[in-house]
Amino acid sequence: MRSLIDILELSTAELEELVATAEDIIADPQKYAHKCDGKKLATLFFEPSTRTRLSFEAAMYELGGNVLGFSEAQSSSTAKGESVADTAKTVSCYADIIAMRHPKEGAPLVASLNASVPVINAGDGGHNHPTQTLADLLTIHRKKGRFDNLTVGLCGDLKFGRTVHSLIAALSRYENVNFVLISPRELVLPNYIKESLKSKNITFTETTDLQAIMPDLDILYMTRVQRERFFNEEEYLRLKDSYILTPEKLYNAKTDLSILHPLPRVNEISVAIDSDPRACYFDQVLNGKYMRMALILKLLEVC
Amino acid sequence: MTVDSIKNGIVIDHITAHKGMKIYELLNLDRLNASVALIQNAPSRKNGRKDIIKIDTDFEVNTDILGFVDPNITVNVIREGKIVKKKTLELPERLKNVIKCKNPRCITCTEQEIDHIFTLADKENRIYRCLYCESAAK
Repeated sequence: MRSLIDILELSTAELEELVATAEDIIADPQKYAHKCDGKKLATLFFEPSTRTRLSFEAAMYELGGNVLGFSEAQSSSTAKGESVADTAKTVSCYADIIAMRHPKEGAPLVASLNASVPVINAGDGGHNHPTQTLADLLTIHRKKGRFDNLTVGLCGDLKFGRTVHSLIAALSRYENVNFVLISPRELVLPNYIKESLKSKNITFTETTDLQAIMPDLDILYMTRVQRERFFNEEEYLRLKDSYILTPEKLYNAKTDLSILHPLPRVNEISVAIDSDPRACYFDQVLNGKYMRMALILKLLEVC
Repeated sequence: MTVDSIKNGIVIDHITAHKGMKIYELLNLDRLNASVALIQNAPSRKNGRKDIIKIDTDFEVNTDILGFVDPNITVNVIREGKIVKKKTLELPERLKNVIKCKNPRCITCTEQEIDHIFTLADKENRIYRCLYCESAAK
């Protein structure tokens, strides 16, 4: 039995296998419509989420399976003081696979160590969000046809942005990927990730100036400054509008730039960009569902 | 200063001066029903000064704790008054319930029953990271 807590638990071969399965699902969804008949997914969401939870649920329904779960901690036994370990053991009696989101970092790992069914990390605080990375990777693959030889700009909250951390980890295993880290000084990428890039001789540049590096980028990954990650409201208000992407700011961008965003957005990408063919963030949403379908199939060893 | 030599037990030698008390506490030696001597600032040919702990009983010493706090330590096992084994230490790959994660966002800070586990991420710079949240140990 296998879980997915960190994207690096998947080898590059396995990532590519998931991409291939997702592409096959896109090509022939009917072929997969009954693969999970009789199986149940438990969605344990201790933190609010619309997109990820609905994506998991849609993925399981489209595979013919069923879904049970909760969408906030207050409606679970955690409100009564139950531990993550006990919740995982209990839910293992009801479901064949668990998707867990939790505000505390490491909670899904604790669940996976105690559950008797596979656990998927659906986001743990500011730490990891591997299935968003799967969505990002399928989007990059569908737009660029490759994971190597790319200049990837990551913009916004690089400190608490778990999707950024997971995406960097996944892409840093490919040849000639150059990261450009664009953030206010208060929200720079954590040192340990930079240390890890340096130790692998992966080039990265840090800047506060999005406009200056725009022409170099193949991919621009925008992120939201997340209110829920700040202990101090004033600090959040001061930083939340650091980067707002507007059509004017794309004047010197490549014509085949891909603009990604894990969503939800607040105001960091102007709505006017939605109709630009370079905007890929709603493709990402759909791709996320296909990759979650592929992942559920893999972890349940259905095909 | 004279401390009696021990017949059967453990001598933790070459402790960096002033770290002896920390090791005494981490090994919970105050709970032991045996003679224990903590010698601080003893002269050392190698380092000038050192601390030594002598434990006058068979004792399963946690070498992970010792290796983490002070990898220069040697552990001598004494039988019938003679050194029968000399262990040198290395930085342990994994620490279980030796140090605690200080990241307030880590699950171990909320749920008290979870083991605090750290893994060695960077041997050269002696950096350990929490298994759960990857924060560096401070």
